[in-house]
Amino acid sequence: MTASLETAAQPQNLRRVAIDPVSRVEGHGKVTILLDAQHRVQQVRLHIVEFRGFEKFIEGRPYWEVPVMVQRLCGICPVSHHLAASKALDRVVGAAAVTPSATKIRRLMHYGQVMQSHALHFFHLSSPDLLFGFDSEVNRRHIVGVAEAHPDIARKGVLLRKYGQEVIRATAGKRVHGTGSVPGGMNKHVSRADRELLLSEVQQMIAWSQDAVDIARTLHAQNPALYDHFGAKRAPMLSLVRPDGALELYDGVIRARDADGALLFDGASDQGYLDLIEEEVKPWSYMKFPFLKSLGPQHGWYRVGPLARVQNCDFIPSPLAESRRREFVAWGQGRPMHGALAYHWARMIELLHGMEVIADLLDDPDILSGELMAQGPRRHAGVGVIEAPRGTLIHHYEVGDDDLVTMCNLIVSTTHNNQAMNEAVRSVAREYLDGQELTEGLLNHIEVAIRAYDPCLSCATHALGRMPLELTLLGADGTVLDRAQKSSEGGFCHLDIARESDA
Amino acid sequence: MTKPLLVLGWGNRSRGDDALGPLCVERLRDALAPREDIEFLDDYQLMVEHVLDLYGRDRVLLVDASLGCAPPFETLPLRAAADGSLSSHALSPQALLQVYVELHDEPPPPCTLLAIRGEHFELGQAPSARALAHLDAALAWAAGWLAGAPGPARS
Repeated sequence: MTASLETAAQPQNLRRVAIDPVSRVEGHGKVTILLDAQHRVQQVRLHIVEFRGFEKFIEGRPYWEVPVMVQRLCGICPVSHHLAASKALDRVVGAAAVTPSATKIRRLMHYGQVMQSHALHFFHLSSPDLLFGFDSEVNRRHIVGVAEAHPDIARKGVLLRKYGQEVIRATAGKRVHGTGSVPGGMNKHVSRADRELLLSEVQQMIAWSQDAVDIARTLHAQNPALYDHFGAKRAPMLSLVRPDGALELYDGVIRARDADGALLFDGASDQGYLDLIEEEVKPWSYMKFPFLKSLGPQHGWYRVGPLARVQNCDFIPSPLAESRRREFVAWGQGRPMHGALAYHWARMIELLHGMEVIADLLDDPDILSGELMAQGPRRHAGVGVIEAPRGTLIHHYEVGDDDLVTMCNLIVSTTHNNQAMNEAVRSVAREYLDGQELTEGLLNHIEVAIRAYDPCLSCATHALGRMPLELTLLGADGTVLDRAQKSSEGGFCHLDIARESDA
Repeated sequence: MTKPLLVLGWGNRSRGDDALGPLCVERLRDALAPREDIEFLDDYQLMVEHVLDLYGRDRVLLVDASLGCAPPFETLPLRAAADGSLSSHALSPQALLQVYVELHDEPPPPCTLLAIRGEHFELGQAPSARALAHLDAALAWAAGWLAGAPGPARS
């Protein structure tokens, strides 16, 4: 039980440890831990400075600019914002159902985005921890270390990532700042040359994606005690699914299961998300805490992203990934898995599914020709929900008669996972930090738990993803006992002591 | 056919002076479009897949906004080095070259960093007048570099 660690009974008598990423710009996260005199963990909080300014940035702009502008919200998953905005604004231009060609090209773009994001996360950001160990030598725990020790794995990761970027280029027009998707449809087909180029490598990419699932599954099998329980916390799961219950990342209905896997609701329209979800504000965090209205704030927080999606669906509509999903479900012996590290296994199953979908779509003649635009009666509002790499992404706009956006509400994947990440960090802190002297390796256990969720801590900045960490140890009287930093330029060093106060 | 010269800039055009990298690439592309020997790329940030864009080049110019360089700009011949950025989504140029060494088992092509001094990085702001003046100076240097007769390194 970790919920009690959110707020200590008597925080004034406790020692504070802050793991504080220092970011060049506004968005960052930090972890604060309160310890008693025996180094027992009494309180743990993950604070993420949510970036809300972008919604105001959008308001007042012409609606047709929005799908391009929102890509600058995030340097990691711009395509997800591009498509979520397009889907919301489809409804504004009366095109709730876009043409088959437009739908298939958008799906191709989206699955390209998901697979390249998953490849980057697993091979580049997480594999060093998983292959070398959470407290292995810090100077080796990065992609160069992986390239030295496992050059084949590192190379596959880079080439998978590159392939996804090429899918995006072929559909969006450019690798970045794409303009392919517009309210009402798409503005270009895939060229035959691009299709042939992508087809020439698709079987290799599917094979490498299967290898990636093998790596994740093997890691679990080699150390089930760690992989099944690290950062584990039972929680409901929320995602889009296809109306027939299949895994679906581009468009579907909203489904939620409880922690035991029983359906809470199913088939809910994405246009009614406000009937399902409410956001709670807590005084110690700038970031909101969404919860399912039907369960209330205490029990209604939920998990999104690959771990939720792979367990929320009834099946995966592609044979290789479905086979791997069955292995995953069998590992849990019929019960949902809630360990943070299970995200990696689920993420690689989605990588494989993404490649299978891409292969199918590349064989579909509708991506080469056919109507691209649809229209209908003009409306003043629309909601677009998509399963971004990190989880459910909601864009909601209202547009005036003058075509200017009057209201913008975005709920990004990391916000949905706010409480789940807090619970994972508390679980890890209690299990690994309780009663221990803090070291870089123990600190990294906290990072590993957060990283499993692949959070996007800061949007709208190309410094995104940098997570320099600062630890501060305070005595019960508030005196700073020690400060240490792991900077974005590398190194773990002790700093000059200065006073701090808040927790 | 890989073009022998690559100009790769990065930054977010919606964040004030952070646009300097992509703007530099855009203006060089507009000015030098007829040349068939140069590829121009821009991105939000420098990421691991860019290591593949370096392969097979004779020379590479990497362009970024910088808070730390002296105005109007600095240039730096780059060497591969493993640093803390290797654990993040966004790599430093030096770390990117280190990944290149490990993946290709050979030295990277000669790479030069063009760091253009920026001052303000607020969301929704246009590049500042001072930053645009720095960009003009950097463009003149880059044009010489691309002509094969770059001026002396500035640092």
